[in-house]
Order: sequence, then C-alpha cells, then structure tokens
Amino acid sequence: MDVLLYIYLMSSHPNTSATPDGHKSWVKWTHWVGTISFLFLVFSGVEILMVHPRLYWGDVGNDLTKPLFELPISRNYHHGGWTASHAFFNDSHSPVSAGRTYDIFNQNGWGRSLHFLNAWILVVVGGIYLAVALYTRHVRRHLLPGRRELSFRGIVRDIAVHARSRPVFVKGPQYSLLQKLSYCMVLFFLLPTVALTGLTMSPAVVASCPWLLTIFFGAQSARTIHFFSAVLLVLFLLIHVIMIVRSGFKKQLRAMTIET
Amino acid sequence: MKKKQLITRRTALITGITALGSYWLYRTVKAPATPTYGSILRAGDNFTYEAQRALLSTRALAKEYSRNDISSFPAVGTINPADEHAPTFSKDYALIQRNEFLDWTLSVEGSVSRPGKYSLSSLHALPARTQITRHTCEEGWTAVAEWTGVPLSQLLQHAGISAKARFVNLYAYDGYQDSIDMIDAFHPQTILAYGMNGKPLPIRHGAPLRLRVETQIGYKSMKYLKRIVVTDEYVDPGDSGWAWYTGI
Repeated sequence: MDVLLYIYLMSSHPNTSATPDGHKSWVKWTHWVGTISFLFLVFSGVEILMVHPRLYWGDVGNDLTKPLFELPISRNYHHGGWTASHAFFNDSHSPVSAGRTYDIFNQNGWGRSLHFLNAWILVVVGGIYLAVALYTRHVRRHLLPGRRELSFRGIVRDIAVHARSRPVFVKGPQYSLLQKLSYCMVLFFLLPTVALTGLTMSPAVVASCPWLLTIFFGAQSARTIHFFSAVLLVLFLLIHVIMIVRSGFKKQLRAMTIET
Repeated sequence: MKKKQLITRRTALITGITALGSYWLYRTVKAPATPTYGSILRAGDNFTYEAQRALLSTRALAKEYSRNDISSFPAVGTINPADEHAPTFSKDYALIQRNEFLDWTLSVEGSVSRPGKYSLSSLHALPARTQITRHTCEEGWTAVAEWTGVPLSQLLQHAGISAKARFVNLYAYDGYQDSIDMIDAFHPQTILAYGMNGKPLPIRHGAPLRLRVETQIGYKSMKYLKRIVVTDEYVDPGDSGWAWYTGI
C-alpha cells in the first residue's frame, strides 16, 4: 500500500521537481540506487562464480559431471584433490561419488549474503521505477521507439551516426533510437531475466514455483543464463559509460544528479 | 517570484510514508525469530527469511526425480570424522564407525515429553520415506540422489514434541551445530536419511544418519548426526559467517 501511494504522489504533480526537459527526480534516484546495487551484485557475483567456475545445462552439474565450459578465474579452476570414486550402482555407466580433499577458494559466506541483500534493493527499486515509468507514461513517451522511428534503416543510420561522431549531449530523456532500444532491452528483458534465473536457483522458490525450472530448462541452465545475462548487463554498462564520456561526462553527470 | 512553501502536503505525506515504511522494515529485520548478529548482511538474510515465509507456500514439495536422473555426487566439507589428521576428527565417531554403527544412537532431547536415544534399528522401525531430490550446494553445483529415511516430523511426534517448541537444533560428530524452524522440521520432505541410492548412507555422505532439508541449500542438510535438541527459543551458536536461513 505504501508503495502504491508513494508512486501516486511521485507521479501526480509531474513538474514540481524538474523542468520538462530534465530527468525527473524519481528517475535520478532509482538510477543511482540501482547502479550501486548493480555494482555490488557484479562484485559478489564474480566471487560466487569463482567458487565454482563451471557452467552446465539442465538440472544437474557438479565436479563429477561434464560442464559446458570452465572459466580460469580462481584456484578452483580444474582443481584436483579427490578421493577414489565409488560407483553407486553395479553397471558400467553408474553415477559415482568422490570426496573432496582439496581446500577450495570459498568466500560465499559474505558473498551470497551481499548478493541477496543487493538483489532485494535492485528488485524493490526496479519495481518502483517500472511502476512510476508505466503510470506516468514515461515508457511510451521516452523509452519505446515510435512506430515510424523503428526500422532497420533507422537502426543502421543511428549506428553510422554513433560511429562517425560524438553523440550530442541532450539534457533530458530525449533519446536516440539505439539508446531507446538498449534501455528497453535492459529494463524489460535482461533485468527480468537475471532476476528470474536468480530465483530459479533458490530451492524454496522453485518448490513453490516449479514452472521456473521448466521455462529455464533446469536449475543449472538457469545459472548459465544468469551468467550470460549478467555479462550482457556489464557490457551495456561499459558502453553506457563510454557514451556518457563521449557526449560530455560533466554535463551528463550534472543532468543525472543536481540539475533540475 | 512566488515564495516556496517549506512543507507542502506532498512532502509531509512522503516523509510520513517513508518513516512508516522504514519502521516496518526495521521491525521486520529486527524480529526476534532469527539472529541478525547486528550486521547489515545478516539483516538482509533475515529479510529473505521473512519474505520467503510470507510469500511462498510452506508445504510445497521440492521437485522429485526418477531413478534415471540420479547423478554423480561429490562429497564436500567433512568426508570422514574418523580421519585422525583432519581438524574434524572425533574419537567417539572413530569408535562407532569401527563397530559399523551398531552402538550408534541418536539422542533426542529438549521440549519433548519422551526424550531418549534411538538406535539405527529403532529408526528403521519408524515409517520411512524415499525421495529422489536435487541437492543444491552454496558453491553452485547440484546433484540428484535417492534418499531413504524417517520424516523428522515422525520422529518429533514419536518423542512427544511440545506445542511450544519452535526450533530443532542439530549436533554432529564433526563438531557442527545448526538449527531449523518448525516449518522446515515438519516439511514432508525433511527426513533423517539412513539410505542413499538404495544402500546404507556412505561415510563420506554422513553415515550413519544425516538430515535432508530439500527446501534449503545443501549445508543445512547436516551429516554425521549425533544429537537433536528441541527448543522453544532460538539457540545462538555464534556468527559462523554463513546465513542461518538458506532457502535462497
């Protein structure tokens, strides 16, 4: 209820805190709180991946099964230190068990807790952002490309413009076609995917919502999709920062913070 | 220029709502149900606990698999408390292991009307449950195995659990101590397993008896069980650095 009333209040008088051209105050603070939680999520996410830098497909994957690939990012990469393996059953294809004697790198005690704390923050802030953005028609007015705007030629032209010259600084949410497409991709596809695949790794959540395992092809597939979505989000962040720098770092930072 | 109002109705309402919301959040994360250790990370874990208990079904079953899905299964953490060179060495465990667990017993104590010691054969005499489930390790890997054992709810009722009881504390031969709440303790898939993949539980997987909590991360499924103490209050074993509730 609180949240709904808050959204109503934030959106009912659109022009009290910002001129029509500038970024709205709710865009600014959700942007920065989201950014900070995202950076913490990347940091703790890398730590968690370092503990088991192997990715799989399906429901099952562990040191005794074949991975899709393994990343050389900690001393756990290709680590040895296993006792002799014992077959569970009496046939030649039997699954096996082996005991680990190797002291692995593992800081998941704080890593996991830090990851989930920031996931909560990003989910709450993201939820508020989406609700206000939909209610105030920010999505339709500023984020979704217009029907006439969206065309293959338009995209090619915008890429050519970005490649040829520096992007022009614009104070508020008057975005170019590529900007709109990438923001929509992040907001409506990558962030929801990364959140849902994260939840699919939770034993309690999938007990209540088994369909999550179905739509992401299993718990380990969800982990792999989570990884690739996160990589794309980091790539987006890098390009975003490059574009901010190219179009005037100081001006852009002012427009997203103190300037109304 | 029009003079700017210091406090508008809008700012007053927003401030009020923020304050109420913060107070609610503070109450939620400070709720005495589980430990927070005063750190912001533990408060976040506690928030996850409260949110999952509030939003998810507490009786929903974890996915069960077929025998063909049984996979290879690494044993990590303690793999034998009878190993003299390991810091988790237990002389008691070495003795009972040498005698093939014939004189092993599980002590059930605390808020129960019939405290006592259960041998493996008396556990075998209680109704059993067999389930093929997925183990999710905090490290990131998963494995599927078939587990056979006594539902913890059966044992607790057999021992005459008190209506005021709120936590089941578990103690293991390798020195580990942990607890679960009554929702997980009475979950139909929470069992005390003595069998794995149709055979007696192997030593590296926690022989002779281990817990299976299928709605939490693997490290809650304690191996090498020695003692169970039912309490009305949360027993704080100190901050291990690991989340107490790991449904996520």
